[in-house]
Amino acid sequence: MDAVVGEVSATMLTARIRKERRSAGGSSFVLDVSIEVSPGIAILFGPSGAGKSTLLDCIAGLARPDEGQIMAGGEVLFDSARGIHVPAPERRTAYVFQTLALFPHLSVEENVAYGLRDFHREERREQVAAILKAFRVEKLRKQRPGGISGGERQRIALARSLVTEPRMLLLDEPLTGLDAELKAAIVDDLRAWNAAKGIPILYVTHSREEVDALGERVIALDNGRVVSTGAPMEVLDAPRRIKLAQAAGFENLLSATVLDLREADGVMRVGLGENACEIEVPLGYAAAGSRVRVAVRAGDILLATERPHGLSARNVMDGCIVSLEQRGTMAVARVDCGVAFIVHVTPGAVRALELTAGRRVWLVLKTHSCHLVE
Amino acid sequence: MEALWLSMKLAACVAAILLVIGMPVAYWLAFSTWRGKFLLESMVALPLVLPPTVLGFYALVAMGPRGPLGKLWIALFGHGLAFTFSGLILASVLYSFPFAVQPLITSFEGVDRKLLDASAVLGAGGLRTFWRVILPLSLPGVVTAAVLSFAHTLGEFGVVLMVGGNLAGVTRTVSIDIYDHVQSLEYPAANRMALVLLAISFAVLSVVYAVNRRVWTPWSAK
Repeated sequence: MDAVVGEVSATMLTARIRKERRSAGGSSFVLDVSIEVSPGIAILFGPSGAGKSTLLDCIAGLARPDEGQIMAGGEVLFDSARGIHVPAPERRTAYVFQTLALFPHLSVEENVAYGLRDFHREERREQVAAILKAFRVEKLRKQRPGGISGGERQRIALARSLVTEPRMLLLDEPLTGLDAELKAAIVDDLRAWNAAKGIPILYVTHSREEVDALGERVIALDNGRVVSTGAPMEVLDAPRRIKLAQAAGFENLLSATVLDLREADGVMRVGLGENACEIEVPLGYAAAGSRVRVAVRAGDILLATERPHGLSARNVMDGCIVSLEQRGTMAVARVDCGVAFIVHVTPGAVRALELTAGRRVWLVLKTHSCHLVE
Repeated sequence: MEALWLSMKLAACVAAILLVIGMPVAYWLAFSTWRGKFLLESMVALPLVLPPTVLGFYALVAMGPRGPLGKLWIALFGHGLAFTFSGLILASVLYSFPFAVQPLITSFEGVDRKLLDASAVLGAGGLRTFWRVILPLSLPGVVTAAVLSFAHTLGEFGVVLMVGGNLAGVTRTVSIDIYDHVQSLEYPAANRMALVLLAISFAVLSVVYAVNRRVWTPWSAK
Protein backbone atom coordinates (compact mmCIF):
# COMPACT_ATOMS: atom_id res chain seq x y z
CA MET A 1 0.00 0.00 0.00
CA ASP A 2 2.78 2.38 0.93
CA ALA A 3 4.53 1.82 -2.39
CA VAL A 4 1.36 2.86 -4.19
CA VAL A 5 1.04 5.97 -2.07
CA GLY A 6 4.63 6.86 -2.90
CA GLU A 7 3.97 6.82 -6.61
CA VAL A 8 0.97 9.06 -6.45
CA SER A 9 1.64 12.52 -7.76
CA ALA A 10 1.34 15.35 -5.28
CA THR A 11 -1.53 17.01 -7.12
CA MET A 12 -3.54 13.88 -7.72
CA LEU A 13 -6.83 12.92 -6.10
CA THR A 14 -7.21 9.27 -5.20
CA ALA A 15 -10.15 7.72 -3.42
CA ARG A 16 -10.88 4.17 -2.39
CA ILE A 17 -14.28 4.18 -0.76
CA ARG A 18 -16.77 1.71 0.56
CA LYS A 19 -19.99 3.03 1.98
CA GLU A 20 -23.23 1.27 2.67
CA ARG A 21 -26.48 3.15 2.81
CA ARG A 22 -29.69 1.65 4.07
CA SER A 23 -32.97 3.13 3.02
CA ALA A 24 -36.12 3.08 5.11
CA GLY A 25 -37.52 0.23 3.03
CA GLY A 26 -34.69 -2.03 4.19
CA SER A 27 -32.98 -2.16 0.82
CA SER A 28 -29.32 -1.27 0.94
CA PHE A 29 -27.02 0.40 -1.53
CA VAL A 30 -23.30 -0.16 -1.52
CA LEU A 31 -20.86 2.29 -3.01
CA ASP A 32 -17.59 0.47 -3.58
CA VAL A 33 -15.19 2.33 -5.84
CA SER A 34 -11.58 3.19 -6.38
CA ILE A 35 -10.79 6.19 -8.55
CA GLU A 36 -7.81 8.33 -9.50
CA VAL A 37 -8.08 11.82 -10.90
CA SER A 38 -5.05 13.57 -12.37
CA PRO A 39 -4.91 17.35 -12.79
CA GLY A 40 -7.50 18.35 -15.38
CA ILE A 41 -11.10 17.35 -15.88
CA ALA A 42 -12.33 13.80 -15.32
CA ILE A 43 -15.98 13.04 -15.92
CA LEU A 44 -17.90 10.89 -13.49
CA PHE A 45 -20.69 9.49 -15.59
CA GLY A 46 -23.61 7.29 -14.66
CA PRO A 47 -27.37 7.11 -14.34
CA SER A 48 -29.05 8.76 -11.37
CA GLY A 49 -28.82 6.61 -8.29
CA ALA A 50 -25.43 5.23 -9.35
CA GLY A 51 -23.78 6.78 -6.29
CA LYS A 52 -22.14 9.81 -7.89
CA SER A 53 -23.23 12.36 -5.30
CA THR A 54 -22.44 10.02 -2.41
CA LEU A 55 -18.92 9.64 -3.79
CA LEU A 56 -18.48 13.43 -4.00
CA ASP A 57 -19.86 13.89 -0.48
CA CYS A 58 -17.33 11.37 0.83
CA ILE A 59 -14.45 13.13 -0.91
CA ALA A 60 -15.58 16.54 0.39
CA GLY A 61 -15.96 15.22 3.92
CA LEU A 62 -19.72 15.77 4.10
CA ALA A 63 -20.25 12.02 4.40
CA ARG A 64 -18.03 9.49 6.08
CA PRO A 65 -17.12 6.26 4.24
CA ASP A 66 -17.32 2.99 6.15
CA GLU A 67 -13.92 2.03 4.84
CA GLY A 68 -11.20 3.26 2.55
CA GLN A 69 -8.68 6.00 1.96
CA ILE A 70 -8.90 9.42 0.34
CA MET A 71 -5.83 11.43 -0.64
CA ALA A 72 -5.51 14.79 -2.31
CA GLY A 73 -2.58 17.10 -2.86
CA GLY A 74 -0.30 14.54 -1.21
CA GLU A 75 -2.26 14.66 2.04
CA VAL A 76 -4.41 11.96 3.62
CA LEU A 77 -7.97 13.26 4.05
CA PHE A 78 -9.50 10.00 5.16
CA ASP A 79 -8.09 6.67 6.21
CA SER A 80 -10.32 4.20 7.99
CA ALA A 81 -7.35 2.00 8.96
CA ARG A 82 -5.59 4.86 10.74
CA GLY A 83 -8.76 6.53 11.98
CA ILE A 84 -8.12 9.74 10.03
CA HIS A 85 -11.12 11.83 9.04
CA VAL A 86 -10.26 15.43 8.20
CA PRO A 87 -13.43 17.50 8.74
CA ALA A 88 -14.98 19.15 5.68
CA PRO A 89 -13.93 22.75 6.54
CA GLU A 90 -10.26 21.72 6.61
CA ARG A 91 -10.16 19.75 3.36
CA ARG A 92 -9.70 22.70 1.01
CA THR A 93 -12.19 21.25 -1.44
CA ALA A 94 -14.14 23.30 -3.93
CA TYR A 95 -17.57 21.75 -4.31
CA VAL A 96 -20.25 23.17 -6.58
CA PHE A 97 -23.63 21.63 -5.91
CA GLN A 98 -26.33 21.03 -8.46
CA THR A 99 -28.47 23.61 -6.66
CA LEU A 100 -25.38 25.88 -6.44
CA ALA A 101 -26.31 26.78 -2.83
CA LEU A 102 -25.48 30.47 -3.15
CA PHE A 103 -26.24 32.31 0.09
CA PRO A 104 -29.45 34.24 -0.66
CA HIS A 105 -28.85 36.91 1.99
CA LEU A 106 -25.35 37.85 0.81
CA SER A 107 -24.33 39.84 -2.26
CA VAL A 108 -22.32 38.19 -5.02
CA GLU A 109 -19.19 39.81 -3.64
CA GLU A 110 -19.93 38.60 -0.10
CA ASN A 111 -20.73 35.12 -1.39
CA VAL A 112 -17.39 34.89 -3.17
CA ALA A 113 -15.49 36.32 -0.18
CA TYR A 114 -17.14 33.83 2.21
CA GLY A 115 -14.28 31.33 2.09
CA LEU A 116 -11.54 33.98 2.37
CA ARG A 117 -11.60 34.93 6.02
CA ASP A 118 -7.88 34.47 6.61
CA PHE A 119 -6.98 37.46 4.45
CA HIS A 120 -6.82 41.19 5.07
CA ARG A 121 -9.65 43.25 3.72
CA GLU A 122 -7.60 44.74 0.86
CA GLU A 123 -6.19 41.41 -0.23
CA ARG A 124 -9.61 39.83 -0.05
CA ARG A 125 -11.15 42.53 -2.22
CA GLU A 126 -8.44 42.07 -4.85
CA GLN A 127 -8.85 38.31 -4.98
CA VAL A 128 -12.62 38.54 -5.22
CA ALA A 129 -12.36 41.12 -7.99
CA ALA A 130 -9.87 38.99 -9.91
CA ILE A 131 -11.91 35.81 -9.84
CA LEU A 132 -15.16 37.61 -10.66
CA LYS A 133 -13.35 39.01 -13.68
CA ALA A 134 -11.97 35.59 -14.67
CA PHE A 135 -15.51 34.22 -14.72
CA ARG A 136 -16.97 37.38 -16.33
CA VAL A 137 -19.42 38.32 -13.58
CA GLU A 138 -17.70 41.40 -12.11
CA LYS A 139 -20.69 43.60 -13.02
CA LEU A 140 -22.97 41.67 -10.66
CA ARG A 141 -20.85 42.03 -7.56
CA LYS A 142 -23.31 44.14 -5.58
CA GLN A 143 -26.40 42.09 -6.46
CA ARG A 144 -28.05 39.33 -4.49
CA PRO A 145 -28.23 35.87 -6.10
CA GLY A 146 -32.05 35.91 -6.22
CA GLY A 147 -32.29 38.21 -9.21
CA ILE A 148 -29.47 36.74 -11.30
CA SER A 149 -29.88 34.51 -14.37
CA GLY A 150 -29.01 30.81 -14.49
CA GLY A 151 -25.68 30.88 -16.33
CA GLU A 152 -24.36 33.75 -14.26
CA ARG A 153 -25.34 32.04 -11.02
CA GLN A 154 -23.28 29.03 -12.12
CA ARG A 155 -20.31 31.29 -12.82
CA ILE A 156 -20.64 32.88 -9.38
CA ALA A 157 -20.81 29.48 -7.68
CA LEU A 158 -17.64 28.44 -9.53
CA ALA A 159 -15.88 31.67 -8.58
CA ARG A 160 -16.89 31.28 -4.92
CA SER A 161 -15.48 27.77 -4.66
CA LEU A 162 -12.31 28.43 -6.66
CA VAL A 163 -11.22 31.67 -5.00
CA THR A 164 -10.10 29.70 -1.94
CA GLU A 165 -7.21 28.04 -3.85
CA PRO A 166 -8.64 24.54 -3.38
CA ARG A 167 -6.66 21.37 -3.96
CA MET A 168 -9.49 19.78 -5.94
CA LEU A 169 -12.77 20.75 -7.54
CA LEU A 170 -15.95 18.68 -7.37
CA LEU A 171 -18.77 19.62 -9.70
CA ASP A 172 -22.13 17.91 -9.15
CA GLU A 173 -24.04 18.44 -12.39
CA PRO A 174 -23.43 22.16 -12.09
CA LEU A 175 -24.42 23.08 -15.61
CA THR A 176 -27.71 21.26 -15.98
CA GLY A 177 -30.41 23.40 -17.49
CA LEU A 178 -28.04 25.55 -19.53
CA ASP A 179 -27.96 25.49 -23.31
CA ALA A 180 -24.97 23.90 -25.00
CA GLU A 181 -23.35 27.17 -26.06
CA LEU A 182 -23.46 28.71 -22.59
CA LYS A 183 -22.21 25.45 -21.11
CA ALA A 184 -19.25 25.37 -23.49
CA ALA A 185 -18.37 28.99 -22.68
CA ILE A 186 -18.36 28.29 -18.94
CA VAL A 187 -16.30 25.13 -19.35
CA ASP A 188 -13.80 27.08 -21.50
CA ASP A 189 -13.40 29.64 -18.72
CA LEU A 190 -12.95 26.81 -16.23
CA ARG A 191 -10.27 25.22 -18.42
CA ALA A 192 -8.50 28.55 -18.79
CA TRP A 193 -8.50 29.01 -15.03
CA ASN A 194 -7.22 25.50 -14.42
CA ALA A 195 -4.46 25.78 -17.02
CA ALA A 196 -2.56 27.84 -14.46
CA LYS A 197 -3.66 25.97 -11.32
CA GLY A 198 -3.61 22.36 -12.49
CA ILE A 199 -5.91 20.82 -9.90
CA PRO A 200 -7.93 17.62 -10.36
CA ILE A 201 -11.53 18.33 -11.34
CA LEU A 202 -14.22 15.71 -10.96
CA TYR A 203 -17.20 16.61 -13.11
CA VAL A 204 -20.37 14.65 -12.45
CA THR A 205 -23.01 14.26 -15.09
CA HIS A 206 -25.63 11.81 -16.27
CA SER A 207 -25.93 13.40 -19.70
CA ARG A 208 -24.29 11.87 -22.75
CA GLU A 209 -24.26 15.23 -24.47
CA GLU A 210 -22.12 16.75 -21.73
CA VAL A 211 -19.67 13.85 -21.88
CA ASP A 212 -19.33 14.32 -25.63
CA ALA A 213 -18.93 18.07 -25.27
CA LEU A 214 -16.23 17.88 -22.58
CA GLY A 215 -14.38 15.03 -24.28
CA GLU A 216 -12.25 14.23 -21.24
CA ARG A 217 -11.40 11.04 -19.41
CA VAL A 218 -14.54 9.28 -18.24
CA ILE A 219 -15.14 7.19 -15.14
CA ALA A 220 -18.41 5.33 -15.64
CA LEU A 221 -20.29 4.45 -12.49
CA ASP A 222 -23.28 2.17 -12.20
CA ASN A 223 -25.01 0.76 -9.15
CA GLY A 224 -22.22 1.88 -6.83
CA ARG A 225 -19.35 0.46 -8.87
CA VAL A 226 -16.91 1.74 -11.45
CA VAL A 227 -17.80 -0.16 -14.61
CA SER A 228 -15.21 1.33 -16.94
CA THR A 229 -12.73 4.15 -17.33
CA GLY A 230 -11.04 5.70 -20.33
CA ALA A 231 -11.71 8.12 -23.16
CA PRO A 232 -15.40 8.74 -23.88
CA MET A 233 -15.18 6.83 -27.16
CA GLU A 234 -13.79 3.72 -25.50
CA VAL A 235 -16.06 3.82 -22.52
CA LEU A 236 -19.34 4.81 -23.97
CA ASP A 237 -19.26 5.04 -27.74
CA ALA A 238 -18.31 1.45 -28.48
CA PRO A 239 -21.96 1.03 -28.90
CA ARG A 240 -23.81 4.22 -28.54
CA ARG A 241 -26.65 3.20 -26.33
CA ILE A 242 -29.76 3.59 -28.38
CA LYS A 243 -32.84 5.30 -27.10
CA LEU A 244 -35.89 3.19 -26.41
CA ALA A 245 -37.79 4.99 -29.17
CA GLN A 246 -35.15 4.04 -31.69
CA ALA A 247 -35.21 0.49 -30.44
CA ALA A 248 -38.76 0.28 -31.74
CA GLY A 249 -37.20 -0.25 -35.18
CA PHE A 250 -35.45 -3.37 -33.93
CA GLU A 251 -37.42 -6.58 -34.34
CA ASN A 252 -35.65 -8.26 -31.41
CA LEU A 253 -35.75 -6.50 -28.06
CA LEU A 254 -34.48 -8.87 -25.40
CA SER A 255 -34.08 -8.44 -21.69
CA ALA A 256 -30.77 -9.66 -20.35
CA THR A 257 -28.64 -9.87 -17.21
CA VAL A 258 -25.03 -8.72 -17.26
CA LEU A 259 -22.84 -11.72 -16.35
CA ASP A 260 -19.33 -10.26 -16.47
CA LEU A 261 -17.38 -7.38 -17.96
CA ARG A 262 -14.31 -7.84 -20.14
CA GLU A 263 -13.06 -4.31 -20.21
CA ALA A 264 -9.82 -5.10 -22.05
CA ASP A 265 -11.84 -6.51 -24.95
CA GLY A 266 -14.51 -3.82 -24.77
CA VAL A 267 -17.24 -6.41 -24.37
CA MET A 268 -19.39 -7.98 -21.74
CA ARG A 269 -21.32 -11.24 -21.56
CA VAL A 270 -25.02 -11.18 -20.90
CA GLY A 271 -27.54 -13.91 -20.27
CA LEU A 272 -30.70 -13.63 -22.34
CA GLY A 273 -34.11 -14.25 -20.88
CA GLU A 274 -33.79 -16.36 -17.76
CA ASN A 275 -30.20 -17.21 -18.77
CA ALA A 276 -31.54 -19.48 -21.52
CA CYS A 277 -28.51 -18.54 -23.60
CA GLU A 278 -25.44 -16.36 -23.32
CA ILE A 279 -24.17 -13.84 -25.81
CA GLU A 280 -21.37 -11.31 -26.02
CA VAL A 281 -22.33 -7.67 -26.46
CA PRO A 282 -20.36 -4.41 -26.56
CA LEU A 283 -19.32 -3.02 -23.19
CA GLY A 284 -21.74 -0.53 -21.72
CA TYR A 285 -21.81 1.18 -18.36
CA ALA A 286 -23.52 -1.54 -16.43
CA ALA A 287 -22.38 -3.51 -13.43
CA ALA A 288 -22.39 -7.29 -13.32
CA GLY A 289 -25.79 -8.49 -12.21
CA SER A 290 -27.67 -5.47 -13.49
CA ARG A 291 -30.53 -5.82 -15.96
CA VAL A 292 -30.13 -4.42 -19.46
CA ARG A 293 -32.01 -4.64 -22.71
CA VAL A 294 -30.41 -5.68 -25.97
CA ALA A 295 -31.81 -4.75 -29.36
CA VAL A 296 -30.95 -6.71 -32.52
CA ARG A 297 -32.20 -6.13 -36.07
CA ALA A 298 -33.80 -9.20 -37.68
CA GLY A 299 -31.77 -8.49 -40.81
CA ASP A 300 -28.45 -8.55 -38.90
CA ILE A 301 -28.80 -12.21 -37.91
CA LEU A 302 -27.26 -14.97 -40.06
CA LEU A 303 -28.92 -18.37 -40.34
CA ALA A 304 -26.97 -21.60 -40.96
CA THR A 305 -28.15 -25.18 -41.32
CA GLU A 306 -24.87 -26.62 -40.02
CA ARG A 307 -22.78 -25.54 -37.06
CA PRO A 308 -20.55 -22.88 -38.58
CA HIS A 309 -16.74 -22.88 -38.11
CA GLY A 310 -14.02 -20.32 -38.53
CA LEU A 311 -16.20 -17.27 -38.09
CA SER A 312 -15.22 -13.97 -36.51
CA ALA A 313 -18.73 -13.61 -35.15
CA ARG A 314 -18.70 -14.35 -31.44
CA ASN A 315 -22.26 -15.44 -30.92
CA VAL A 316 -23.44 -18.75 -32.37
CA MET A 317 -26.59 -20.28 -30.94
CA ASP A 318 -28.47 -23.35 -32.03
CA GLY A 319 -32.20 -23.45 -32.19
CA CYS A 320 -35.21 -24.57 -34.07
CA ILE A 321 -37.40 -22.80 -36.63
CA VAL A 322 -40.83 -22.41 -35.07
CA SER A 323 -42.52 -20.75 -38.01
CA LEU A 324 -41.62 -19.43 -41.42
CA GLU A 325 -43.76 -17.11 -43.49
CA GLN A 326 -43.35 -15.26 -46.70
CA ARG A 327 -43.93 -11.51 -46.58
CA GLY A 328 -43.54 -9.99 -50.00
CA THR A 329 -39.92 -10.37 -51.02
CA MET A 330 -38.79 -11.39 -47.56
CA ALA A 331 -39.20 -14.46 -45.37
CA VAL A 332 -39.70 -14.03 -41.64
CA ALA A 333 -38.45 -16.92 -39.53
CA ARG A 334 -39.19 -17.30 -35.86
CA VAL A 335 -36.37 -19.25 -34.21
CA ASP A 336 -36.40 -20.64 -30.69
CA CYS A 337 -32.96 -20.74 -29.02
CA GLY A 338 -34.33 -20.73 -25.51
CA VAL A 339 -35.43 -17.19 -26.28
CA ALA A 340 -37.31 -16.43 -29.48
CA PHE A 341 -35.53 -14.53 -32.26
CA ILE A 342 -37.07 -13.09 -35.38
CA VAL A 343 -34.78 -13.50 -38.41
CA HIS A 344 -35.23 -12.03 -41.87
CA VAL A 345 -33.94 -14.10 -44.80
CA THR A 346 -34.44 -13.82 -48.55
CA PRO A 347 -36.76 -16.23 -50.42
CA GLY A 348 -33.69 -17.45 -52.35
CA ALA A 349 -31.98 -18.46 -49.10
CA VAL A 350 -35.12 -20.27 -47.95
CA ARG A 351 -35.04 -22.34 -51.16
CA ALA A 352 -31.29 -22.98 -51.18
CA LEU A 353 -31.18 -24.10 -47.53
CA GLU A 354 -34.56 -25.83 -47.71
CA LEU A 355 -35.73 -24.05 -44.60
CA THR A 356 -38.99 -25.26 -43.10
CA ALA A 357 -40.67 -25.05 -39.78
CA GLY A 358 -39.20 -27.55 -37.32
CA ARG A 359 -35.73 -27.50 -38.92
CA ARG A 360 -32.67 -27.23 -36.64
CA VAL A 361 -30.61 -24.12 -37.38
CA TRP A 362 -27.75 -22.06 -36.00
CA LEU A 363 -28.01 -18.31 -35.49
CA VAL A 364 -24.90 -16.17 -35.96
CA LEU A 365 -24.73 -12.74 -34.38
CA LYS A 366 -21.89 -10.22 -34.47
CA THR A 367 -21.09 -8.58 -31.13
CA HIS A 368 -21.57 -5.12 -32.57
CA SER A 369 -24.93 -5.99 -34.06
CA CYS A 370 -26.18 -6.11 -30.49
CA HIS A 371 -27.22 -2.69 -29.22
CA LEU A 372 -27.75 -1.77 -25.60
CA VAL A 373 -30.94 0.12 -24.96
CA GLU A 374 -30.89 3.27 -22.80
CA MET B 1 -49.65 52.17 35.47
CA GLU B 2 -47.05 50.83 37.85
CA ALA B 3 -48.32 47.29 37.15
CA LEU B 4 -48.11 47.80 33.40
CA TRP B 5 -44.54 49.07 33.66
CA LEU B 6 -43.62 46.08 35.82
CA SER B 7 -45.17 43.65 33.34
CA MET B 8 -43.30 45.26 30.45
CA LYS B 9 -40.03 45.06 32.35
CA LEU B 10 -40.64 41.42 33.23
CA ALA B 11 -41.60 40.48 29.66
CA ALA B 12 -38.58 42.25 28.17
CA CYS B 13 -36.17 40.56 30.59
CA VAL B 14 -37.72 37.16 29.96
CA ALA B 15 -37.66 37.58 26.18
CA ALA B 16 -33.99 38.61 26.25
CA ILE B 17 -32.97 35.72 28.50
CA LEU B 18 -34.96 33.25 26.41
CA LEU B 19 -33.29 34.35 23.17
CA VAL B 20 -29.87 33.77 24.68
CA ILE B 21 -30.56 30.35 26.16
CA GLY B 22 -33.16 29.36 23.55
CA MET B 23 -30.75 29.53 20.62
CA PRO B 24 -28.30 26.81 21.64
CA VAL B 25 -31.18 24.59 22.77
CA ALA B 26 -33.04 25.14 19.51
CA TYR B 27 -29.86 24.59 17.48
CA TRP B 28 -29.27 21.30 19.21
CA LEU B 29 -32.87 20.19 18.80
CA ALA B 30 -32.87 21.17 15.13
CA PHE B 31 -29.63 19.48 14.11
CA SER B 32 -28.89 16.69 16.57
CA THR B 33 -29.34 13.16 15.32
CA TRP B 34 -29.45 11.66 18.80
CA ARG B 35 -32.22 9.07 19.13
CA GLY B 36 -33.35 10.23 22.57
CA LYS B 37 -33.95 13.74 21.27
CA PHE B 38 -37.73 13.35 21.64
CA LEU B 39 -37.34 13.33 25.44
CA LEU B 40 -35.86 16.81 25.45
CA GLU B 41 -38.38 17.92 22.86
CA SER B 42 -41.29 16.89 25.06
CA MET B 43 -39.64 18.50 28.07
CA VAL B 44 -39.34 21.79 26.20
CA ALA B 45 -43.01 21.57 25.15
CA LEU B 46 -44.24 20.65 28.64
CA PRO B 47 -45.23 24.19 29.73
CA LEU B 48 -47.63 24.27 26.77
CA VAL B 49 -49.89 21.63 28.30
CA LEU B 50 -49.17 22.00 32.02
CA PRO B 51 -51.61 24.17 34.01
CA PRO B 52 -49.73 27.34 35.02
CA THR B 53 -50.62 26.66 38.63
CA VAL B 54 -48.85 23.29 38.52
CA LEU B 55 -45.73 24.88 37.08
CA GLY B 56 -46.02 27.74 39.54
CA PHE B 57 -46.46 25.35 42.42
CA TYR B 58 -43.30 23.41 41.63
CA ALA B 59 -41.42 26.65 41.00
CA LEU B 60 -42.58 27.98 44.37
CA VAL B 61 -41.52 24.82 46.19
CA ALA B 62 -38.11 24.90 44.52
CA MET B 63 -37.65 28.58 45.29
CA GLY B 64 -38.86 28.48 48.87
CA PRO B 65 -36.32 28.73 51.71
CA ARG B 66 -36.22 24.93 51.92
CA GLY B 67 -36.14 24.31 48.17
CA PRO B 68 -32.84 23.75 46.36
CA LEU B 69 -33.06 26.95 44.34
CA GLY B 70 -34.13 28.99 47.33
CA LYS B 71 -31.25 27.68 49.44
CA LEU B 72 -28.76 28.40 46.68
CA TRP B 73 -30.16 31.90 46.25
CA ILE B 74 -29.97 32.65 49.98
CA ALA B 75 -26.37 31.41 50.06
CA LEU B 76 -25.49 33.65 47.10
CA PHE B 77 -27.47 36.81 47.78
CA GLY B 78 -28.62 36.58 51.38
CA HIS B 79 -32.35 36.68 50.62
CA GLY B 80 -34.98 34.28 49.30
CA LEU B 81 -36.19 33.93 45.76
CA ALA B 82 -39.93 33.45 46.23
CA PHE B 83 -42.07 36.62 46.03
CA THR B 84 -39.27 38.62 44.37
CA PHE B 85 -38.90 40.04 40.87
CA SER B 86 -35.95 37.69 40.18
CA GLY B 87 -38.07 34.71 41.17
CA LEU B 88 -40.75 35.93 38.83
CA ILE B 89 -38.28 36.14 35.95
CA LEU B 90 -37.03 32.62 36.60
CA ALA B 91 -40.51 31.10 36.69
CA SER B 92 -41.58 33.08 33.61
CA VAL B 93 -38.54 31.89 31.67
CA LEU B 94 -39.59 28.30 32.36
CA TYR B 95 -43.19 29.05 31.49
CA SER B 96 -42.47 30.81 28.18
CA PHE B 97 -39.65 28.50 27.11
CA PRO B 98 -41.53 26.68 24.33
CA PHE B 99 -42.75 29.97 22.89
CA ALA B 100 -39.16 31.00 22.25
CA VAL B 101 -37.70 27.60 21.32
CA GLN B 102 -40.36 26.28 18.94
CA PRO B 103 -40.16 29.14 16.38
CA LEU B 104 -36.36 28.99 16.54
CA ILE B 105 -36.34 25.24 15.84
CA THR B 106 -38.77 25.67 12.96
CA SER B 107 -36.72 28.39 11.33
CA PHE B 108 -33.36 26.65 11.89
CA GLU B 109 -34.76 23.50 10.33
CA GLY B 110 -36.07 25.54 7.43
CA VAL B 111 -32.59 26.60 6.33
CA ASP B 112 -31.55 24.68 3.19
CA ARG B 113 -29.06 21.99 4.29
CA LYS B 114 -27.10 22.50 1.07
CA LEU B 115 -26.23 26.01 2.29
CA LEU B 116 -24.76 24.49 5.43
CA ASP B 117 -22.77 22.01 3.32
CA ALA B 118 -21.58 24.88 1.12
CA SER B 119 -20.48 26.81 4.19
CA ALA B 120 -18.60 23.79 5.53
CA VAL B 121 -16.65 23.09 2.33
CA LEU B 122 -15.81 26.80 2.17
CA GLY B 123 -13.96 26.35 5.44
CA ALA B 124 -16.50 27.53 8.01
CA GLY B 125 -16.92 25.61 11.25
CA GLY B 126 -20.21 25.18 13.09
CA LEU B 127 -20.14 28.50 14.95
CA ARG B 128 -19.27 30.58 11.90
CA THR B 129 -21.93 28.80 9.85
CA PHE B 130 -24.44 29.60 12.59
CA TRP B 131 -23.64 33.32 12.71
CA ARG B 132 -23.17 33.90 8.99
CA VAL B 133 -25.80 31.60 7.47
CA ILE B 134 -28.28 30.03 9.87
CA LEU B 135 -29.02 33.07 12.04
CA PRO B 136 -29.44 35.65 9.23
CA LEU B 137 -31.71 33.27 7.34
CA SER B 138 -33.70 32.58 10.52
CA LEU B 139 -34.39 36.22 11.38
CA PRO B 140 -38.18 35.88 11.04
CA GLY B 141 -38.01 32.99 13.51
CA VAL B 142 -35.88 35.00 15.93
CA VAL B 143 -38.34 37.90 15.80
CA THR B 144 -41.24 35.51 16.29
CA ALA B 145 -39.52 33.90 19.26
CA ALA B 146 -38.79 37.25 20.93
CA VAL B 147 -42.26 38.64 20.30
CA LEU B 148 -44.13 35.52 21.36
CA SER B 149 -42.20 35.05 24.59
CA PHE B 150 -42.67 38.76 25.35
CA ALA B 151 -46.44 38.58 24.73
CA HIS B 152 -46.86 35.32 26.54
CA THR B 153 -45.05 36.61 29.63
CA LEU B 154 -47.01 39.84 29.54
CA GLY B 155 -50.30 37.97 29.86
CA GLU B 156 -49.39 35.28 32.35
CA PHE B 157 -51.37 34.99 35.55
CA GLY B 158 -51.24 31.65 37.30
CA VAL B 159 -47.49 31.29 37.55
CA VAL B 160 -47.06 34.88 38.69
CA LEU B 161 -49.68 34.51 41.37
CA MET B 162 -48.12 31.32 42.70
CA VAL B 163 -44.52 32.45 42.69
CA GLY B 164 -44.77 36.20 43.05
CA GLY B 165 -47.89 36.77 45.06
CA ASN B 166 -49.29 40.27 44.83
CA LEU B 167 -46.77 42.87 46.01
CA ALA B 168 -47.32 46.30 44.49
CA GLY B 169 -44.26 47.42 42.48
CA VAL B 170 -42.50 44.09 42.97
CA THR B 171 -44.69 41.31 41.67
CA ARG B 172 -48.09 42.87 40.91
CA THR B 173 -48.24 42.52 37.11
CA VAL B 174 -51.02 43.76 34.81
CA SER B 175 -53.05 40.57 34.85
CA ILE B 176 -52.99 40.44 38.62
CA ASP B 177 -53.87 44.10 38.79
CA ILE B 178 -56.90 43.45 36.58
CA TYR B 179 -57.92 40.57 38.81
CA ASP B 180 -57.58 42.85 41.85
CA HIS B 181 -59.77 45.52 40.27
CA VAL B 182 -62.44 42.99 39.38
CA GLN B 183 -62.37 41.55 42.87
CA SER B 184 -63.01 44.98 44.33
CA LEU B 185 -65.67 45.69 41.67
CA GLU B 186 -63.66 48.53 40.05
CA TYR B 187 -64.83 47.64 36.54
CA PRO B 188 -63.75 50.85 34.74
CA ALA B 189 -60.17 50.47 36.01
CA ALA B 190 -60.12 46.77 35.06
CA ASN B 191 -61.48 47.66 31.65
CA ARG B 192 -58.73 50.22 31.00
CA MET B 193 -56.00 47.74 31.80
CA ALA B 194 -57.66 44.93 29.87
CA LEU B 195 -57.92 47.14 26.80
CA VAL B 196 -54.25 48.03 26.98
CA LEU B 197 -53.33 44.35 27.19
CA LEU B 198 -55.64 43.50 24.30
CA ALA B 199 -54.12 46.23 22.13
CA ILE B 200 -50.58 45.16 22.91
CA SER B 201 -51.34 41.50 22.23
CA PHE B 202 -52.91 42.32 18.89
CA ALA B 203 -50.01 44.55 17.86
CA VAL B 204 -47.48 41.92 18.85
CA LEU B 205 -49.21 39.12 16.93
CA SER B 206 -49.49 41.37 13.88
CA VAL B 207 -45.72 41.76 13.96
CA VAL B 208 -45.28 37.98 14.10
CA TYR B 209 -47.55 37.31 11.15
CA ALA B 210 -46.12 40.15 9.08
CA VAL B 211 -42.58 38.94 9.62
CA ASN B 212 -43.47 35.38 8.74
CA ARG B 213 -45.16 36.48 5.55
CA ARG B 214 -41.86 38.12 4.74
CA VAL B 215 -43.46 41.55 4.38
CA TRP B 216 -40.24 43.13 5.56
CA THR B 217 -37.52 40.64 4.79
CA PRO B 218 -34.94 42.30 2.62
CA TRP B 219 -34.18 39.32 0.36
CA SER B 220 -36.43 37.17 -1.77
CA ALA B 221 -37.41 33.74 -0.57
CA LYS B 222 -35.37 32.00 -3.24
